[in-house]
Amino acid sequence: MAHGQGLSEASDPTSSDSDSTYTGEVVLAIPALTEYVSLVRLVVSSAAQIHPYIEPERIEDLRVAVSEATTNAVRSHESSGTTAQIRVICNVAEDHIEVIIQDHGEGFDLDALPVLPDPDSPDRLLHESGMGLRLMRMLADETEIFPSSSGTYVRLVFHGTKRHRAVVSG
Amino acid sequence: MHLTQAFREGPWWVTAVAGELDVVGGPELRQHVMAQVNQGSHRLVLDLSGVDFIDSFGLGVIVGALKRTRLLDGDLRIVVPGPRIRRVFEVCDLDRVFELHRTVQEAVSV
Repeated sequence: MAHGQGLSEASDPTSSDSDSTYTGEVVLAIPALTEYVSLVRLVVSSAAQIHPYIEPERIEDLRVAVSEATTNAVRSHESSGTTAQIRVICNVAEDHIEVIIQDHGEGFDLDALPVLPDPDSPDRLLHESGMGLRLMRMLADETEIFPSSSGTYVRLVFHGTKRHRAVVSG
Repeated sequence: MHLTQAFREGPWWVTAVAGELDVVGGPELRQHVMAQVNQGSHRLVLDLSGVDFIDSFGLGVIVGALKRTRLLDGDLRIVVPGPRIRRVFEVCDLDRVFELHRTVQEAVSV
């Protein structure tokens, strides 16, 4: 672990005097294979653990949201038959983490996605898919999805908190 | 993902699921449930205590499993002891679709 055993109060991450020695960028280019989705989860969640302002439960949210976006990208490549790689960029910024997933599939129509029936309706059981977008939007602090005929661009942002998981010495 | 051999608790068949329930692990669980239903087991409990990750693909497999059992007048109950996996069900409102239990004993005794 990059961090210590406890929590301590820290300065506002948005303030000008906060340190940012942890910032950096991780770039992955993966083949469109489902087996690589867990690798992306592992790398992005490991990068998120470097960030001192991202709480562990938010990293779990990030794992799920990134898994959704990456799975969608892989399946989009599968259905369009492209052999291009999927690009994942994880930006560990000073006060947030940004993950961009960019594919070269055929895209989709956001407005044409089916609306899930109410959970109390028996018809809800007729829908095994259609929850991924909801999970991304509910779990990430910011979700941007730009589908086009030449690929889909997804941007997920997770904000840091003001508490600093600093090393407790001694 | 890893599945244990299903064991019987009264009218219920309990399967323990471990690992990651995603686009890779989900299809194996789907096959397992279909095999059980085809063998005449329509009252199933999936114990997700050992699952450390689930996404919409895994949720979809479980929704499909509930549909298959209900079509045969059976049912499916889920054991989710921890808040991490439970949260994913709740975000998708699936805690209103499934009976979520904290232990296998609770699931089979209700």
